[in-house]
Amino acid sequence: MRKVYIYKGFERFWHWTQAALILFLAVTGFEVHGSFEIFGFEKAVQFHRVASWMLIGLIVFAIFWHITTGEWKQYIPTTKKLKEQLVYYVSGIFKGEKHPTAKTELSKLNPLQRMVYLSFKLILIPMTIISGIFYMLYKTIDQNNLVVVEDYPLESIAFWHTLGAILLMVFLIVHVYMTTTGETPTSNIKAMLTGYEDLEDEHTENEPLKNTH
Amino acid sequence: MKVMHRNILFTIIAILVVLILVNVLHEAPTYNLKLETLKQEYAIKPTPSVDHSKLEILQQNFETPQEVTAACISCHTETHKEVMASSHWNWERLSYVEGRGISASGKNTLLNNFCIGSNSNQQACAACHIGFGMNDDHFDYKNALNVDCMVCHDNSEEYKKGTSMAGYPDRTVNLQKVAQSVGTPQRNNCGSCHFFSGGGNNVKHGDLEVAQLSTTRDVDVHMAVNGMNMSCVDCHTAENHQIIGKLYSVSTNNTDRATCEQCHTNTPHFSHVLNRHGSKVSCQACHIPEYAKVNATKMAWHWSEAGKMKDGEPYHEEDSIGNHRYLSMKGSFKWEQNVKPDYVWFNGTADQYHLGDSITSVPVQINTLYGNYSDRNSKIIPVKIHVGDQIYDKEFKRLIQPKLYSENEGDSAFWKDFDWEKASIAGMHEVGLPFSGNYGFVETEMYWPVNHMVAPKEQALSCVECHSPDGRLAGLEGFYMPGRDRNKTLDTAGTWLIVLALLAVVGHGLTRIISTIAKDKYEKQVIDYRQEDLTD
Repeated sequence: MRKVYIYKGFERFWHWTQAALILFLAVTGFEVHGSFEIFGFEKAVQFHRVASWMLIGLIVFAIFWHITTGEWKQYIPTTKKLKEQLVYYVSGIFKGEKHPTAKTELSKLNPLQRMVYLSFKLILIPMTIISGIFYMLYKTIDQNNLVVVEDYPLESIAFWHTLGAILLMVFLIVHVYMTTTGETPTSNIKAMLTGYEDLEDEHTENEPLKNTH
Repeated sequence: MKVMHRNILFTIIAILVVLILVNVLHEAPTYNLKLETLKQEYAIKPTPSVDHSKLEILQQNFETPQEVTAACISCHTETHKEVMASSHWNWERLSYVEGRGISASGKNTLLNNFCIGSNSNQQACAACHIGFGMNDDHFDYKNALNVDCMVCHDNSEEYKKGTSMAGYPDRTVNLQKVAQSVGTPQRNNCGSCHFFSGGGNNVKHGDLEVAQLSTTRDVDVHMAVNGMNMSCVDCHTAENHQIIGKLYSVSTNNTDRATCEQCHTNTPHFSHVLNRHGSKVSCQACHIPEYAKVNATKMAWHWSEAGKMKDGEPYHEEDSIGNHRYLSMKGSFKWEQNVKPDYVWFNGTADQYHLGDSITSVPVQINTLYGNYSDRNSKIIPVKIHVGDQIYDKEFKRLIQPKLYSENEGDSAFWKDFDWEKASIAGMHEVGLPFSGNYGFVETEMYWPVNHMVAPKEQALSCVECHSPDGRLAGLEGFYMPGRDRNKTLDTAGTWLIVLALLAVVGHGLTRIISTIAKDKYEKQVIDYRQEDLTD
């Protein structure tokens, strides 16, 4: 085992800010949706709008970070060991077997994570954010107003946005639980907090991101 | 080096947090320059350029009101022509209505579900006509001397029209005093008719009544004496005696309307979200949370119950707040105070039931306000819906204009003779429509847009008044409103998905814990076994 600086400063900042914002957006959003009452409708709408612009800003920075650092390569999907990974979560984990894929700073994600996070980034988040922007800018016009979104019915915009919110909640539940499946139940969370994680020494043979660092 | 980085990062995060908190907790300043400008503008009341009491021609003892009119015309030589082109004089307006073509609508051609109609009852109804001597349907609309200048321009509070005197002033009125006082119309000039329409204070409108002569900001933020103390004509401006603003019980077209926007613009709020509401929601919808705030207004009128007698005599009953609940002459009423409006889509165009129209649906729509969500010109407006029943011809399927008023018994008037058949024959004869003799009572509905009694901004509706499943707009259809509407299938499926995800992770976690415990036991056994082996 060796202690590795696996999650960089910005990465952790981005992760936790995004987590906080999404949670806050969920609370205010589902209040606007009418699921419960905490801040009151008016405040919930205001907060939701402010937080949503903050999230959009954060994601712009995150995209820049992914591109400039090359970290986007972490999310290239692969089917290699995907089945093994699935089998591990379904049965191996109960028998105390080892993870079929080793985690390194150059390949932080297992094939299943790659797939889930990639869809999170390319489908779920864009769907929710784009429908959210449409929702925010939605207006029908009168003589003096600019048309931003007009005849596209608010009903379907709201449908996609709510669907995104629900799927994000499902993601959140499973994601939080999956963090407990590391070396120890808290090792993954500790790593995301401190940046450091104890990783296996030897690289596995089929390392997807072989490199010469 | 690392410590420095850490400090920089910490500082950046701290600044970000502060900025975010400032942004979230920051309240927009309450100083509204637009509103201040308006207040300044309307604080200065115009001073008249002429003192009519100094004019020689008005230093005379007028015998008849027509003499006053003649005196007015002697200086204002062409003004009568403007007045005689107005709907206040003609009691109707020509306009184009979809499906009806160009037609005249007004008191001469329409009915309502209060006192039903003016035809055959002019002697009484003309108390609200700006003319003298309208006692039947032969009124001379061309005679300028019959124009009543005083009813609108009297500033002495002396003038009043006589009861059932065909529009002539009460005999007690000192015409000289009135003539010398004339000026810009005041609240009580307009109010003498518009507050009392329907036969009593606040009967018809619900948002126009005597209380507005001297009221507080809570009741009417514009007319309040402790507020801007505005008069009717401050908003209902006029050029050449054509006053802007119209009531859709008699009007049809989206023209010459008095609007909030004419002063407040269509971006009156600091919040863009609120301003944006203005494309679909009228100002009145949020800013008039209630009407009939001081005195009650009539919400229902059932003519079918009229005519009952006690010991052979007509009688009346009053409700707990002193309003008539029953009158033998008129039937039964329902009054309400502090009424929450109903809400409808409205694009500024309307149609009315015209005398002679066939009844196609019940309740009969005395007037129809057009509009719907997908119509760009439509906005949600607050309305008072006045319901009731009234007499109709069962055979010819049309509403009846009954003769209600007469000075004498035996003149077919219902209010004297209490005979619907005679009243119908006389009324329908005057309007030139056949009457089968077979009458009944049919339910009717009438829509009164609520535009006055604007509340102070603190009392404007909060979001949840509408953005909730059982809010004020629960009945409005054709659009999706956040907080009120939701996709039920998605909500159900979503709830299940979240519950299943929770169950799945809990199940998975429990299985892990149990299997770990079991494995622990097994390993301990193995170790025990080995130890046993070693010791052996």
